[in-house]
Amino acid sequence: MAQTVFERPKSLSDKPFTYCPGCTHGIAHRLIAETLDELDLADRAIGIAPVGCSVLAYEFFNTDMLQAAHGRAPAVATAVKRVHPDAIVFTYQGDGDLASIGTAETVHAATRGENIVVIFINNAIYGMTGGQMAPTSLPGQITQTSPTGRDVETQGYPIRMVEMLSTLDGVALAQRVSLDTPKHVREAKRAIKKAFQNQIDGKGYSIIEVMSTCPTNWGLSGPGAIEWLQENLLPYYPLGVYKDVSTNGDTVVESEV
Amino acid sequence: MSKVYNLLLAGFGGQGVLFAAKLLSYGGLIEGREVSWLPSYGPEMRGGTANCSVVLSEEPIGSPLVLEPDVLLAMNQPSYDKFKDDVVEGGVIIVDQMLVPDVQEREGVRLIKVPATTMAEDNDLKGLANVILTGVIVKESGCLDIKDVEAAIKKSISERKAHLLEPNIRALKLGYEFNDA
Amino acid sequence: MADKVLMKGNEALAEAALRAGCEAFFGYPITPQTELAAYMAKRMPKEGGVYLQAESEIGAINMVYGAAGAGARCMTSTSSPGMSLKSEGISYIAGADLPAVIVNVMRGGPGLGGIQPSQADYWQATRATGHGDFHPIVLAPSTVQEMASSIHEAFELADEYRTPVIVLIDGMLGQMMEPVELPEKKETKKDKPWAVTGHGGKRAQNVINSLNLDTPGLERMNFERFERYEKIKENEQQAETYMTEDADIIIVAFGACARVSRTAVDKAREAGIKVGLIRPITLVPFTSDAIEEVVDQAKAFLTVEMNMGQMVEDVCLVVAGRAPVEFFGHTGGIIPTPNEVLEQVEKLNAEKGGDA
Repeated sequence: MAQTVFERPKSLSDKPFTYCPGCTHGIAHRLIAETLDELDLADRAIGIAPVGCSVLAYEFFNTDMLQAAHGRAPAVATAVKRVHPDAIVFTYQGDGDLASIGTAETVHAATRGENIVVIFINNAIYGMTGGQMAPTSLPGQITQTSPTGRDVETQGYPIRMVEMLSTLDGVALAQRVSLDTPKHVREAKRAIKKAFQNQIDGKGYSIIEVMSTCPTNWGLSGPGAIEWLQENLLPYYPLGVYKDVSTNGDTVVESEV
Repeated sequence: MSKVYNLLLAGFGGQGVLFAAKLLSYGGLIEGREVSWLPSYGPEMRGGTANCSVVLSEEPIGSPLVLEPDVLLAMNQPSYDKFKDDVVEGGVIIVDQMLVPDVQEREGVRLIKVPATTMAEDNDLKGLANVILTGVIVKESGCLDIKDVEAAIKKSISERKAHLLEPNIRALKLGYEFNDA
Repeated sequence: MADKVLMKGNEALAEAALRAGCEAFFGYPITPQTELAAYMAKRMPKEGGVYLQAESEIGAINMVYGAAGAGARCMTSTSSPGMSLKSEGISYIAGADLPAVIVNVMRGGPGLGGIQPSQADYWQATRATGHGDFHPIVLAPSTVQEMASSIHEAFELADEYRTPVIVLIDGMLGQMMEPVELPEKKETKKDKPWAVTGHGGKRAQNVINSLNLDTPGLERMNFERFERYEKIKENEQQAETYMTEDADIIIVAFGACARVSRTAVDKAREAGIKVGLIRPITLVPFTSDAIEEVVDQAKAFLTVEMNMGQMVEDVCLVVAGRAPVEFFGHTGGIIPTPNEVLEQVEKLNAEKGGDA
């Protein structure tokens, strides 16, 4: 008799993703949806979609969704959670959204210890607008708006968000994960699940930074993008747990990719 | 149309000009009249003059800004200098004479000089010169029944500060009984 | 009848909002609206609602977007510079068809401007509260009593038409005290089947959204919204008229300027000049009906504003050349005086060959 070994999580809709081939958004979506299924949260989950490639996230998650203005997802999530404390509220944001235009909203939702989950997709580039320099673009990284490579003298340095946020008292969990290998994907799943469990347990603000690819705007193939991520992004953005109130806040950084 | 009272109370921030104006407004409320209380607001209240317009009327109040007062209370010299010429013919200017030493008589306008600060000190009412002067305003203008202003004091002082009730009422009466001889 | 109490406009509005069932307030400190937020901070938690001081005006308005999307009766308040920051969120609220109330206690501008009363944000409120094709409903109370009464109406209009409603007042009304009869507490909980609450497995997914990448779809949404605006225009115009029956000079003024003008009308009438006042209570929809009613009898219109002449353009649009429309105003925090308005009326009366 046939046995189902792989299926679409119930928390994902049957709409085909609009993401480019090789992009890791699809994996990140799936991990969130699996978590919602496993913790039986879909009925009371409310997601906040950002501006960026995942602007259409409300099409893909089967939960109630709000689409927020660029960078404002944490403010929107704050209000939704305060109005409906029993709902499970998560934001899904890219690097331009979370670490540039929405930095104030991000930092203050974190320091208030809002009991929400923030999934932060860091691929070091603006995808939707066609490949401009992001707050997380690496020194020397060539983008449409840093055509000769990001010059730190004039364009400044990349921003490491989970490290920065881990200094705030309101943060329960700040962890960086990656989607480049099956092992890392499994770790990412565990981290995301922990973040949602934190919200269920009322522990407060949890952010999971997910190192992701953008093959289209990096000008690489899918596998090429994975390699570029491993060789360039992961050394600059070390994976690990930067704050976890359940382990007395010890920072655990993975040294090896 | 019955009389509309346009009152302008002015002094330094912290002298209690706004509170005095509030007592008069509350008195008007108790009498079921139309009332407006409009303070000057902003950083200038800390250093310069603070003033407050009060209008008491039987009809709905148009402009709440008192530009031609029937009654001017000046609790410092700059306020007196600034507003003295705005007072209407037949109006009254009340000053704390300890704080406004330089005054001139003006034809058609009564000038009442009250040693309010000294009166307050002599009667163990320190800091209540503003309430003494409120009593003088009521007496000299007839804008309100003094009983209603007394009731306004009771309404304006919270239970937590009940010990302030007696001195405030005493200050009001002292002002109301002040004889400008 | 409830007893009257003496309250500042800002505080009366806040208390009335609570009694109108406001469940969530998000704000940021700015003069001269501060008392409103402070009052909410004190009272809202006791009422079991949400009070939150946001990190910025942008944060606050986006919290309003979130709370409104989640089905709460919610509001924010600010003063002019803060309103500019809120314009992003107001556009999204309009685009997602959410009900919300935004109070602007206006001060002088542009830029940091000043903190004294002004009506310089008339254009912003009526034309440009954000990008895109939309406009909110704009209410302009002129007394503390009306501030208290209009907030309930603002929430009701927001719910009924699913639109942001702006209550536009100035620093004078916000800061002054008048006796006010506070409205009774009303249970006004509306059924909002579109709100995001978690679907509970009982219905399809709800989405709060202003994005529509399908061009005919987006156009349809805009057409539908403007059909609603037409209904608002037909049903919701409000104006107060004062001594307009036989007037040949008509003053048009709102908020604090209407009060000043009312005193000027009384003074002019004493001098035998036939002048009346139209006070728009709704700025959007603009009170064109009230102006249309007197346009044939009017020899001249005069708008009195605390700006360089903004509402005067709306009056011109209605009058459409059938009578001269003049403007008088002050800016920067200066309130026009009744005598100044009277002077303008006398001048117009002499020019237009009035009776007196």
